[in-house]
Amino acid sequence: MQVTMTVNDVEVTREIEGRLLLVHFLRDVLSLTGTHWGCDTSNCGTCVVWLDGEPVKSCTVLAAMAGGHEVRTVEGLAKDGQLDPIQEGFMQCHGLQCGFCTPGMMMTCRALLDKNPDPTDAEIREAISGQICRCTGYATIVRSVRWASVHEAAAEVTR
Amino acid sequence: MTTVHEPKLTTFDDNDQKPVGHGRMLRKEDPRFLRGRGRYTDDVQLPGMLHLAILRSPFAHARILSVDISAAEASPGVKLVVTGAMLAEKGLAWMPTLSNDVQAVLATDKVRFQGQEVAFVVADDRYAARDALELIDVEYDVLDPVVDARRALEPDAPLIRDDLAGKTNNHVFDWETGDEAATAAVFASADVVVTEDIVYPRVHPAPMETCGAVADFDAIDGKLRLWSTTQAPHAHRTLYAIVAGIPEHKIQVIAPDIGGGFGNKVPIYPGYVCAIVGSILTGKPVKWMEDRSENLISTGFARDYLMRGEIAATRDGKILAIRTNVLADHGAFNGTAAPVKYPAGFFGVFTGSYDIEAAYCKMTAVYTNKAPGGVAYACSFRITEAVYLVERIVDCLAYELDMDPAELRLKNFIQPEQFPYETKTGWVYDSGNYEPTMRLAMDIAGYADLRREQAEKRARGELMGIGISFFTEAVGAGPRKDMDILGLGMADGCELRIHPTGKAVVRLSVQTQGQGHETTFAQIVAEEIGIPPADIEVVHGDTDQTPFGLGTYGSRSTPVSGAAAALVARKVRDKAQLIASAMLEVSVADLDWVKGAFQVKGDPSKSVTIQAIAMRAHGAGDLPDGVEGGLEAQICYNPSNLTYPHGAYICVVDIDPGTAQVKVRRFIAVDDCGTRINPMIIEGQVHGGLTDGVGMALMEMIAFDEDGNCLGASLMDYLIPTALEVPDWETGFTVTPSPHHPIGAKGVGESATVGSPPAIVNAVVDALKPFGVRHADMPLTPSRVWDAMRGQATPPI
Repeated sequence: MQVTMTVNDVEVTREIEGRLLLVHFLRDVLSLTGTHWGCDTSNCGTCVVWLDGEPVKSCTVLAAMAGGHEVRTVEGLAKDGQLDPIQEGFMQCHGLQCGFCTPGMMMTCRALLDKNPDPTDAEIREAISGQICRCTGYATIVRSVRWASVHEAAAEVTR
Repeated sequence: MTTVHEPKLTTFDDNDQKPVGHGRMLRKEDPRFLRGRGRYTDDVQLPGMLHLAILRSPFAHARILSVDISAAEASPGVKLVVTGAMLAEKGLAWMPTLSNDVQAVLATDKVRFQGQEVAFVVADDRYAARDALELIDVEYDVLDPVVDARRALEPDAPLIRDDLAGKTNNHVFDWETGDEAATAAVFASADVVVTEDIVYPRVHPAPMETCGAVADFDAIDGKLRLWSTTQAPHAHRTLYAIVAGIPEHKIQVIAPDIGGGFGNKVPIYPGYVCAIVGSILTGKPVKWMEDRSENLISTGFARDYLMRGEIAATRDGKILAIRTNVLADHGAFNGTAAPVKYPAGFFGVFTGSYDIEAAYCKMTAVYTNKAPGGVAYACSFRITEAVYLVERIVDCLAYELDMDPAELRLKNFIQPEQFPYETKTGWVYDSGNYEPTMRLAMDIAGYADLRREQAEKRARGELMGIGISFFTEAVGAGPRKDMDILGLGMADGCELRIHPTGKAVVRLSVQTQGQGHETTFAQIVAEEIGIPPADIEVVHGDTDQTPFGLGTYGSRSTPVSGAAAALVARKVRDKAQLIASAMLEVSVADLDWVKGAFQVKGDPSKSVTIQAIAMRAHGAGDLPDGVEGGLEAQICYNPSNLTYPHGAYICVVDIDPGTAQVKVRRFIAVDDCGTRINPMIIEGQVHGGLTDGVGMALMEMIAFDEDGNCLGASLMDYLIPTALEVPDWETGFTVTPSPHHPIGAKGVGESATVGSPPAIVNAVVDALKPFGVRHADMPLTPSRVWDAMRGQATPPI
């Protein structure tokens, strides 16, 4: 079957098998390998991307279901070569180690900040509780989100 | 020896203010990961690449009667189907393990654990390969399995390893350490003896990236390129040369970015060998990437030790002796990665941080119908089990003596003037200063206040627990005269090359799985040679690009390769000094090294930078007599001893009396890993390990039913901590440098995984003291805590 969707602001059309998962479509067909495949059961969250601005686990979304929708991946976070504050926050606060969960974590955290620019630690932990990180112990991820929140607020004041 | 006390780290201080050398520095590897540009094994795409999938046994123990692959071969997109019998014809059905046992690549005679590899399919894409697996028809004769290690040595237990000539039982090895008679004598005359059966259940490292490989064999030049999820690329290359008969110089093993290792990626798995065979037979690149269930049921597990701990003491709390008897479950093949002379890894450090009179351990290891492995999950070669045993049994003693567990530990520590300290099991602790570390943890925790709070809460019927563990690890394996894996000495090489413009490349034999080697090793070299870390490229994880060494596990990168990096930089600096003396026309003895430059003694205006020296070394000008051009060096570092990091951990838990749910309220970790290279990275390593500890203590267990079915085969069944189960970690540190490591660093990668489980379990047991509970086994899930509250605590296996 043929599927057409917008991925990181670019419209793509491909011939695919109906059963192809979105995660494999992004990785194997579009070579957007920043989105990872970790569990198949929606437990780990390394595959989180946005579907029309909402974080989804792309291992449990058929590529066909994304037809006609807008997908954003980690490759679409930076704008004009500038890192998004959430990316900068993860770097400043050591929010990543092996980097495997990082794209999914950042997509979820960016979506959180878009809805709630000043989340509490508890709200950050709740937001990422559907995702697993084996390296960081989460505290530095919480700090990373807070860093992004504080710096975005400061940038807003300057503007 | 100096011990430095430092307050708890605050979050954002000291950020990149030190341009050269040690200190908090943001990671050089982060920019690619942040943009989704990491390159993991599954990201490798080669022209014409095929995909491999493995058919696994549904049974724990069964004889294979027949395998019919005809329907699978006819399935669309399928290029190749291979069975064990076909591998046997090529002599490839079995491979050596890292413990001198053999393991089936594909089963020929029997399957010996659920999830064992039976056949593989190579097809155009991953979906087609998996479709074809469904069409392979295997006829099994199901046999009784051995699931319980206690049953393995019973005379009528089913024989698992009938492939081994003359094997008549399920025994793997017996091992003992310490002095049995001397220990028995101390126990016989001691005031107090406490005995406890302590289980460390089977758990799994479950890195976020599962295991996989891309094999690309070029039949024309005979070269095999293998991208794989390996923590030990050089050791793997040597093994492939032995197994597959491909000359070692024609094998290039590449460990690209690795999505977490934790020991899970040390062994060679059948899937890697299948990918190689698949590429050789099809003439195409072949990718194998296991899914999460395959990772959980078939790759390197950890622990599975059934321990009886005994401790002897005086009535006033002086510990005299520790004795333990262990039954070790090694699964169907002995696939443990441990130095040859240490079949139980470094379990011998079970005497902990205490100055005692005698110790003895006896261990028996057995085969069962479970997945092979054993040394994984940041276990520091079985130190995790040893530390859990001693820190749990010391708490049992405190319970019997009705003594504060902190006071009991403080009373028994090895004293600073006793280092280097030889333990009763023959290990020589290099350095340590335990009391300040313990006191700092107690200060951060507010220990006395916590005990007061606990007393008030107990009076109200609330369940609050405070748990302590104090660990000493033995890491950085190891001296090559004592330690080798399959005959390969555990030394590590390092090569440093300074380019003409003063930029550098350092090549390591170890590689990162997230630990930040590209940053830490650049900092180590920067500190010694004065070139900023930003100007130093760290090359690692590619056997064609790096010197030989045994890889990253057992917290050995900084103790071994870190030493190699410092020493190779000093070697280059020595040569630079010769060139500087010619450039400044003074004798070598008249030069001072100020970081980044040689300066004439007493005349700071006359100096040459390392960058200027590098240009001179490559230039057309004269060099001193006997000095060759270029500025580079290579060494192989053979450590003279292990390093012994230590730490004090305090955990505070609250238990809901109505649901028995344990909440970790606070966790204080004070680590002493010697010289600290990058505090940010160290803190990250500690945080991750603490989270592992919460998982093992409260949630994680690879369980089996009586038929040998694995009950932890997905992340829905095998529970790993999320952000909701762990607190905001509180860390601190002391610094007791290693006397024999060139920069005094000891390693920290596994400290928290080793040290945290006993602190958490001790806290839970402490909370349950009003119920008369002295011990309860991990994982302390609500149902198991509920049972313990009712006096019905049972072992998990």
